[in-house]
This record gives sequence, structure tokens and C-alpha cells, in this order.
Amino acid sequence: MMDRYTRLQLVGIYAAAAVFLTFILLPFFEMFMASLRPLEHLFRSPYQFWSDDFSFDAYRQMWVTVPLLGRYILNSIYISFMVTGMTMIFVIPAAYAFARMDFPFKNATLAMFLGVNMFTGAVLLIPLYRVLRTLGLLNTYWAMIIPGVAFLIPTGIWLLRSYLEKIPRELEEAAYVDGANRIYTLRRVVLPLALPGLIVVGVAVFIGAYAQQFLFAITFNQTREYQPLPAGLYEFIGYQSVTWNEMMAAALVGVLPVMIIFLFLQKYLVAGLTAGAVKE
Amino acid sequence: MTTVDHDQPHDTEKNTQRRFVMPEGIFAWLLVAPALIFICIIVAWPLVETFRLSFTDARIAGENYVGFENYADLAGDRKFHATIWRTFYWMFLSVGLKLVLGLIGATLLNAAVPGKALFRVLVMPPWVIPIAIGCIGWLWLYNGYFGLLSGMAQRLGITDGPIEFLAYKTSAFYSAIVTDVWVGTPMVTLFLLAAMQGVSRDLYEAAWVDGASRWYRFRRITIPQIMPVIVSMALLSAIWTFNSFEIIWILTEGGPRGATTTLIVDTYKTAIGNYKFGEGAARAVVIVILLALFSLIYMFFLNKVNKHYGSK
Repeated sequence: MMDRYTRLQLVGIYAAAAVFLTFILLPFFEMFMASLRPLEHLFRSPYQFWSDDFSFDAYRQMWVTVPLLGRYILNSIYISFMVTGMTMIFVIPAAYAFARMDFPFKNATLAMFLGVNMFTGAVLLIPLYRVLRTLGLLNTYWAMIIPGVAFLIPTGIWLLRSYLEKIPRELEEAAYVDGANRIYTLRRVVLPLALPGLIVVGVAVFIGAYAQQFLFAITFNQTREYQPLPAGLYEFIGYQSVTWNEMMAAALVGVLPVMIIFLFLQKYLVAGLTAGAVKE
Repeated sequence: MTTVDHDQPHDTEKNTQRRFVMPEGIFAWLLVAPALIFICIIVAWPLVETFRLSFTDARIAGENYVGFENYADLAGDRKFHATIWRTFYWMFLSVGLKLVLGLIGATLLNAAVPGKALFRVLVMPPWVIPIAIGCIGWLWLYNGYFGLLSGMAQRLGITDGPIEFLAYKTSAFYSAIVTDVWVGTPMVTLFLLAAMQGVSRDLYEAAWVDGASRWYRFRRITIPQIMPVIVSMALLSAIWTFNSFEIIWILTEGGPRGATTTLIVDTYKTAIGNYKFGEGAARAVVIVILLALFSLIYMFFLNKVNKHYGSK
């Protein structure tokens, strides 16, 4: 058949895939190896690939070296949850309007939302700092949540809009004919149908929120107790020595929450995220 | 008149009297307004502020209007010119590599071989985890004394001594590019894969029946069919790459001696590092203008490409 490969082609495909994956996974492998080495061994030169004193001590010791580590991980998760919740509250009605209705300046407004993607927080840091100071939000969780929400709204609208457009209109029209008003239709007809799409967009926003905390955290928040993990990791760079092995261990443990969510939902996530790309 | 009454079904008339239906335009605006207002406060207003600040000498305390002085300084600053060129070089090289690798990865993932589901999952971690954390792994990889890359190079006899990847201007720049490509490739791969899977099988089968080789089918069917997605992915990753901050900041903080300082890093250093808000704002405005220009030119070509390949 068309899809059959010769043995040589198969070897080629797997070899290429192996090289590709080596590149992708190399840093994780290196982090894991470093986390297993005792600190004094870590700084041994010349480089040794394998040694017999590998241990999981760093995974125990890291909670002692940085006592707030658990808190940082929870902060990361908390901030991401808040960002996701708030983003969805803004995104759902707006995406519905863009998907279903005609209104003045519709395309201009949509273009404006997408234009936000052109800027990163880094360009707007100074005035954003002042806005947050005026609102009295510096050095609080909100200093990291609010900018996070703003930069995820456009992507959220974009993704959810293309999902909602695929839901057949007939059901909403049927609800109208039966006398349901617009809010009722949105809540009782559209949202339940859109649930898979809402989950996809929610997870995408959560992952985005988990990933983007670093810049806002180092710029808008000085309170140690509120710091998320990527910023908190810098505490392993201590006064006397950098406990690299523990830092690697903490980094790996810190990405576990988002990796677990991702592994469970990756099939839907990828299908949902790329749906917009295929359509056009 | 009476005939009209009889033509109309009774129910509809009653319904319109009974319930008030909000005009669609107003309802739609009510739905969009919260998001719009939020964006205006957090993004649009700071943008306007940045523009205003760029005409001042604002520092931590106090600010005076200085007209175009900040821009005049930038126009005459050769280091800044170098930074602009470096940024575009950074962007084109990195995006080019991401697209090539993404295309290769997507083609491999699209091959009908056992194990491709696992392959797809394993490709994605760099995209999912926080960039800052992936960069810590790279930081260690690039370490000349204790890192795997330099260690292996010495073992294999490629070099005599340790290679400190991030200590020299050229190697630091290309090391940062490699990390940026690493972060960006998974997403490009997945979107191109989705596009490839959207190509109709009939096209391939028709070509196969006619005896077209795999490579010919790839060149003459796959590539043209997914071209619109390739070009829009290129624009998206170009914008992200241009704005890429965390990777450079964590790996090199823009060093050594400015070798990895792109516009965004320069802006951050000026504004946040040295508290020169006015000068930083002028740099931010330059970024916004360059990106807007780039996007406009790109959109122009995008339209041409779409027409050429007959996309809707």
C-alpha cells in the first residue's frame, strides 16, 4: 500500500526520530543526571558520564536548603489557577460574541485583541509597574495574576472562538424559537456543548500561566512568600555555594504538576489547539 | 390588511410582544466589553504611557519633557544599531531553524509507523514547561567544566580543554539560539503536523497511483497544501522570537560584552536594570514600531502566498 515503508526507510525514520528526541530531551536528561550527583561529585573535572555514587539525596535535602520550596510550588499552581479562572471569565462571553454575532467594529476589535500578542510584558514593564503601584497591587499575588490574565486573553479568545464556530447554530436557533433569551441560551445550550473546548482552552491557559510567571515575578513581586517556583529556584544560588543538584531536583519536581495535567489531556489539547490552524 | 394578519402565524406575533429581545449589536458589545476594558487598562494604557514616557527623561523620581532627545540618542548610538541588526539576525536564524526542524519533526510524526503516539508526547515537554526551568537545564549543559556537552567533546577528543559555551561572544550567541530553537520547535512541529493531517488523502492516493515517489508527493502535495500554515507559523514565531527575553536573560543576561543583547534585553536592562525609564521607553517604542512594520510587510506577502496557493 501507499503507506508501506521499506526496511531501509523505517530505519531512517526511527534514526531521525531518535536524533530529534535526543535534542528535545537532552536538557531534561542532564538535569536528572545532575540531580542525582552528590554536590562534590558535581564539580569534579574531568567530566564523568557515569559514577557509582548516584543518589536521590538531593530530592530530600532540597526541602531543607530552601524551606519555602513547597510554598513556591503551591504558589505557582495557585497563581496559574487564578489566572485560568479569571481569563476564562473574560474569554467565554467575548469568544461567543466573536463566534456568533455581528456587531459594529467586530473585525477591528478582534484585530486589536490579537495585536496584544505582538507585545510582551517586557515592553510594557515600566508603565505596568506604575499601574500596579497605583492600584496598590505590587508585591501581592495580584501583581503576577493580573498581567498574566491580560496576556492570555487574546489567545484564549482566538482558540475558543474557532471552537465555538464549529458548534452547529441550529440548536441555539431552536432555543430561541422556544422563547429562551440570549443569556439562557448561552448558559444552558452553548456552554454545555462547548465543554470539551472550554477544557482545552482552560488547560492551554493554565500551561501558559504556569510558563509565563518568571518575568512578572522578578519585576513586580519582592515578597518571598508569594514567589512562584521559577523565581524561587534562584534561592538555591546561596551566599556560599550553589547547590546545583538540589536546584535541578527542585526544577524537575516543580514541573511535575503541569506535566501530569498535560500527559492526561495531551490528546485533546493538541487537537484543540491546532484546530484553528487547520481550518484556514 | 386582514389578509396579512391571516398569513402571519399567531404565535410569533405574540412572542415578539411578550419578550424584549436585545439588539444583537448591543448584546455582543456587552459580552466583549469586560475583556476589552481589562486589556485597555493592562496593555493599551501602558502602551500609551510608554509612548509618552519615551519623550521624557523619567527616572525613579521625577520626569521632564525632553522632546525627541531619547530617539536622537538612539539614532546616533552605534551600539544600538548593532543591537537592532543582532535582533533581526537572531530572529531570522532562529525562526528559520525552528521551521526546518518543525517540518522535519512533523514529517516524522506524520509517518505511519508504530510508536508515533509516544514520539508525539515526547516532543512536547519544552513547550509545556516554564521556559525559565528549561533554561536551567541548558545552563548546566553549556557549563564547560561540569556539563555534558563539553565533557563529551573532551571524551571524544574533539577538544583538549573545557569549552565554556557561554563565555565567548560567538559561542554564547549561537548557544542561546540553540536553546531558543529548542523552546520553539515543539509548537511549530505540532501545528505543521496538524496541517499535514488535514491534507486530503485522495490527493496522495491519486499521485501514488500515478507512480509519484514519496519525495515528489512531499514536494508537490504536502508543502503547497500546508503552505498557509507554514507562513502564519513563521509570523507567530518571528514575533515570539523577536520578543524572547527569559532565555537570554537566564543564560547570559545579554553578555558576554553585549554579544547576546537583543532589543528586548537592552530595553529591560535600560529601564529596569538602570532605572532609566525614559530611555527604556524609547527603546520599547522602537520595538513596537519595528514589529508592526515587520508584521505589515509580512501580511502583505502572506496575502500573496495565500492567493498563489489558492487558500480560502
